[in-house]
Parts: sequence; C-alpha cells; structure tokens
Amino acid sequence: MNKSIMIVGVGGQGTLLASRILGNVAISEGYDVKVSEVHGMSQRGGSVVTYVKYGEKVFSPIIDEGEADIILAFELLEAYRALPYLKKGGKIIVNTQRISPMPVIIGDKKYPENIEEKIKEKVDAVFVDALKAAEEAGNIKAVNVVLIGVMAKNTDAAYEKWIEVLKQTVPAKFLEVNLKAFDLGYNMF
Amino acid sequence: MKRLMLGNEAIARGAYEAGVSVVSSYPGTPSTEITEYAAKYNEIYTEWAPNEKVAAEVAIGASIAGARSMSCMKHVGMNVMADPLFTVSYTGVNGGLVFCVADDPGMHSSQNEQDSRHYAKASKTMMLEPSDSAECKYFVKKAYELSEKFDTPVIIRLSTRVSHSQSLVEEEERENYLLKDYTKNIPKYVMMPGMARKRHVVVEDRIRALTAFAEDCEFNKIEMNSSKIGIIASGISYMYAKEALGDKSSYLKLGMVYPLPEKLILDFASKVEKVYVIEELDPIFEQHCRALGIDVIGKEVFSLLGEYTSEMIKKSVLGEAASQKIELDEEIPVRPPVMCAGCPHRGTFYVLKKLNLTVSGDIGCYTLGAAAPLSSLDTTICMGASVSAALGMAKARGRDFNKKLVSVIGDSTFIHSGITGLIDIVYNKGSNTVIILDNSITGMTGHQENPTTGYTIKGEPTKQVNLITLCKSIGVDRVVIADPFNLKEFERVVKEETEADEPSVIIAQRPCALLKSVKYTGNCVINDKCKKCKVCMKLGCPAISWNGENIKIDATQCNGCGLCINVCPFGAIEKVGEK
Ligand SMILES: Cc1ncc(C[n+]2csc(CCOP(=O)(O)OP(=O)(O)O)c2C)c(N)n1
Repeated sequence: MNKSIMIVGVGGQGTLLASRILGNVAISEGYDVKVSEVHGMSQRGGSVVTYVKYGEKVFSPIIDEGEADIILAFELLEAYRALPYLKKGGKIIVNTQRISPMPVIIGDKKYPENIEEKIKEKVDAVFVDALKAAEEAGNIKAVNVVLIGVMAKNTDAAYEKWIEVLKQTVPAKFLEVNLKAFDLGYNMF
Repeated sequence: MKRLMLGNEAIARGAYEAGVSVVSSYPGTPSTEITEYAAKYNEIYTEWAPNEKVAAEVAIGASIAGARSMSCMKHVGMNVMADPLFTVSYTGVNGGLVFCVADDPGMHSSQNEQDSRHYAKASKTMMLEPSDSAECKYFVKKAYELSEKFDTPVIIRLSTRVSHSQSLVEEEERENYLLKDYTKNIPKYVMMPGMARKRHVVVEDRIRALTAFAEDCEFNKIEMNSSKIGIIASGISYMYAKEALGDKSSYLKLGMVYPLPEKLILDFASKVEKVYVIEELDPIFEQHCRALGIDVIGKEVFSLLGEYTSEMIKKSVLGEAASQKIELDEEIPVRPPVMCAGCPHRGTFYVLKKLNLTVSGDIGCYTLGAAAPLSSLDTTICMGASVSAALGMAKARGRDFNKKLVSVIGDSTFIHSGITGLIDIVYNKGSNTVIILDNSITGMTGHQENPTTGYTIKGEPTKQVNLITLCKSIGVDRVVIADPFNLKEFERVVKEETEADEPSVIIAQRPCALLKSVKYTGNCVINDKCKKCKVCMKLGCPAISWNGENIKIDATQCNGCGLCINVCPFGAIEKVGEK
C-alpha cells in the first residue's frame, strides 16, 4: 500500500525542507518515492502544498482529495483548507500558528473561528505549538523541524533513520538546534 | 546509487552526461532550475541571456560551431524564440541541439496556459515528452543522439508537475563528447530564398523519416492489459492514468509527441474496445486519431482547461465514485500570493494609486500591484508590453490621457523586451513616462542575475548595464532615479515626469527585501498615538492587520523596512530592536 503525506503551509515557512527530509527517509527504507512541489510564486506568502508519496511503485506525484494518510499543516487556516484531502481514518498534525491572508488583513474576509474545535470534530488531529518548541530549541526558524519530529513518530521509519537523514540534509552549523527541535517534536506525544 | 531529483535537475544531469558544453536560457517558471542546475557543472558554460530569442540563438550558434548545446524556457518563452526555431529547423544542426520548454497547465505561475506541442508541429521538429525524472534524464541524452542522427533540433516538452516533482534517478558518467568539426557550409546555414527552398525539401523528408521512426521507437510503448479500455497519453497525464486505472486498462504511452506514429496508434486502437485520449490542454493527439479514422473519446469528457487528476480520470473512464472526503461547511478565505513585507514595489504602487494614474503593467513580482488593496495595475499582457502598449494608449487617447499614464516594468523585463518599446516611444515622438522598477534582481522567478545586476549566473562579477546611460543613449533626455520608499519625493518625481511633454524614465531604485545584501533590522510597532485611521493598511503589507479594534503589526512577518512609518500621519509607528 502506498503512503501519501501532504504538507501544507504558507510560502516562506520551510515546508520544502520537510518534504525533502521525508522523501529521503522513505528512500532509505527502500521505497519508490515521489515528491511534488510547486515553486515560483511561493516566496510571496501564498498557500503552498507539497505531496510526498512512497511505496512499492508510485505513479502520480499528486495526492487527490480524500487520499492523504497524513497531513502536516504548518498553519491553522491551511490545515482547515486541506481537510478534504484527508483519507477516512487519516491523521492531521497541525501547528497552531495563525497567519492572516490578505483578504482577511484588508477586512474583506474573516479568519474562521474555532478552527481547532472544528477540525477535532471531524478527524483525528493533534495540535502543536511548534513556534514555542522551536524557541525552546533555540531558533524560531526550526518550526519545520519540530513538526517533522511530530510526524516522524507517526511513520514506520525508525528514530535513527530520521536522525541520519537530518544530519545529511541540514547545514552543520544548524544541526544542534535542529536535532533538539526534532526531539522536542518527536517526544511531544 | 539512485537519488531524488527534480525533473528539472534530471534534465540538467542528462545534459551533463550527454557532454553538453553550452547552455543559454532566460528564466521562467517552471523551467528555471534546469539552467541553475546546469550552472553547477564546471564543464558546462552556462548563461542567463537577456531573453529567450537571444538564448536560443546562442545555443544555435554553439551547435553550428560543433558543440552539444541547450536552451530552456517556459511555454511563453517559446513564443519569443519562435523566430529562430522555425528557421533552425531548416538549417538543422551540427552538434546536438535541444530546446526544453515547460508548460504550465493550471497556470500556477503564468499568464496563459498555451500548449507548446503546437510548436513542434508548426516548426516541423521532433518533440519528446518525459513522464518522470528518470525519463527526463534518459530522454535528454537520447535527444542529443537523435538531434545529430536526424539533423534536427529536438524539443523536450515538460510541464509543472514533471519539472517540479522529484523522483528517483541513477547518475551515470559524462560522455566524452568531442566538438564536431566546423566547416563553412553556405547552402546549409545561410537561409536566403534559393537555399531555404532546398532546405525545405530536406525538412519534409526529415518529417517522413521521423514519422517512420515514431512507429517503432523506444519512446512509444504499448502496455496490454484489459482489451476493454485503451488509454493514449503522454507526460504527466500518463502517470495520472496509471494511478487511476492500473491494470484495468491498456496503454499507449507516447514519449515522442511529434511527429506522431500512425500504424502504431491504429494497431493499438484495433486491440481495445474503447479508446480514450487523455491529454491536458489541446486535443492534439485526439485530432490525430480522428484523422486516422479512429473513434476516440477525448475532449467531450476531459477538459480543455487546467490540470487533470487521477480522480477525474477514474470517474470518467470507470464511472467510479471519488474517495469519500470531508466537506467543510464554511467558506475559507483564499490565500493569494502577496508582495513580501519590505518589498520595494509597495512604495511605488502606493504612490501610483494615490495619484490615481492609469498603469500599463508588465510581468514580474510587481504584477501583484493589481491585487487589493493597492489595485493599481491596469494591464498585464506579456513581457515588455507595458512600455509599447502605453505608447498605443497615448496615441489613441491623446495628450491629457498620457499625463495620467505610466508604464511599470522590472529591471529584468526592461532588458528582456522593454527597451525596444522605449525606442519606439522616442522614435515616434511619444511623451510617455516609464518607471523601471529596479530591485537589483530578477525577483519573480526566484532571484536570477541579469544584465543590470553586475553578476553572471555563476556568480562572477561582470559589466553592468547602466540603465541611465542606456536610456539617455536612445534619446530619452529625462532620466531620474528615485527611491520608492521616500514617498514624498517619489510622488513629486512622478508628478513632474508625467507633466513633461517628452519621454521620461524614472528608475525606482531599491533592492528586493529578500536579497541577502539587504539588512533591515528590528521591527515596527504601533504606539499609543494611533488614531486608527488605517492609512498604513492601504500599503497591503502582510504584517499589518486590523483585529476589529486595533491595528497590529505581526512581529514574525515584519522585517523592519519602515515604509509604514513613512505613511503614518501621526507618528504612531516606531521601530524597536534595531541593531
Ligand atoms: C516570455 C516570458 N519569459 C519569462 C517569463 C517569466 N517571468 C515572468 S516575470 C519575469 C522577470 C521578472 O523580473 P523583473 O522584471 O526584474 O521584476 P521583479 O520580479 O524582480 O520585480 C520572468 C522571467 C514570462 N512571463 N514570459
């Protein structure tokens, strides 16, 4: 059975690193892997979506609605938006950070209320204050690695595999902070 | 060892392994990374050219001189290089010549979703279309052999999902490709009528030879499963179909999408009860099948618009319902891309909006100046059109209209094709005002150097086009530099230049806030002098928002650029934490 993991967030939050690390862990487990990213305008605060699929043999790099085993959401509203992609029985991991999109900022639209409750009502969800954990690890930019840590716990790959890939992907000078951030996420639940 | 590679990286790897030594391109999503990855190989001379036409011609020259060469572009870039394309089809090549063109179905970051397969047919050249990264690399290497064997440029067609997906690729050694001899060959390379007539005969012979090749080449493959359903598809659509239908259907995968085989398709169609053609965008395979007398199902069920999904294929072909999915019971606000916090373009558009000018727009990060709340751009057509279209507007509506009209164009776009429009203004006695938004980089496509930045793609310092002398030398006497964050002065300059009865250029100079060299520090906060007038919110800065009671500046978004401090009439915004 193929596994489909969807990573959503806001341009600039570091979602690409997360998908690359996950992809490389899946390879080291001997799977066929496809990772799909959309580049280009993503620096400018828009919604960003990446898909990671692995298994015996993967054809399409894209995940359709109702097909994601896990959704890793870097922002609350983006988590809510992505819900239709979650498979029945799937799990969503949500960073509780909120970033207002422009239609909300200019007062055209409202940031929906009580998103956490609404998500909890519908699906199996865990909520993480990754910003706080990243601060604790020593760098607020490590939010993405905290979230990778939380996700890692929800996959079959061993802890050591993740650490190994992390060491290969993250620049040496940030490794210590990132290992700490990963552990905080990994041991959170 | 296999590793994950973007389709675009795999194309560059394929070029490297094929012994390519010259790559010239102009950036454009989703093709840009091919050239950026190529630049990492010391063995490949790589450059950013001013535009796609120049880039293609550099590659053509390198090929004629005996090297294997490449030029890469997005789909609309092929419009710009179409002129040399149609004639290099006549001359053919010496060293292998490959053009990579990346389409963008769904328009993730483009102004249209044209189908570049039409160009292969129109220019009578060979086109290949890979479906994943491993094929990207393999097809490129084969493309060089075929280019030389059939004496033709080869086009590799990509799409966003192939270019920007990563899948497994095995790296191999670089071929030791020796330059082909260069010998003067006037009948082959000088395309004046007498010689071109003879070359046209060669082109038609070549298309026949390529069609015969398409019948049993390794790129076009039949996979027989069920005889009930047959799918004809290429590129990413083939992957969507495989995902959706698996063994429940048979497939004719077309890796060579021009010229198309005839016998092979007839043979496949005869083996299955129903044939579906699944191709994003235009019905090119479908029309080919119909011309062969095959009754296929195509655009009557599959859209001409946007991207396909496995789910829609499953539904249309098997009639199977989609997976159960969660319904949301409220509307969720969209999150469109916005100008970054600290973006220099924000100051420019704030002033243009305030002056209520008609703004002839162009393509780049500044196209976002059309989005609310700045909403100040009036038009966007194609690169360079801001300048020439404004001349047309002024000629159509006259002097008074022109006094309330400006063009805005980025530095890279100005060099790409804005300069020719400006020459038109000077030559034909226009009196337009053109604002060059000089943010010291090609921003939109992810920070590429260009002729105005002073660096090459490999990061080497080089001569820098001086925009002031350039504009003056073509006859624009009024050229001013202004800082778009100095709002008062910028407004004064815009008023003065639009008033003038002669051509003028304003260079709005301030670097992109995402450049490493730009070091804004601290962040802005609202103090108790705030009267809640919301003037600062007219900037459309992603860090500034209204929570129903107060204006707030989000410290995680703000980079301390300070533009909001300049607009606040009450001194209610100040900077903290400055280093
Ligand atoms: C013919 C063509 N080639 C390439 C592109 C892709 N593209 C869009 S804008 C742009 C350059 C933008 O740079 P610049 O003009 O410097 O403005 P900035 O984004 O930095 O504000 C490019 C390469 C395109 N749309 N059309």
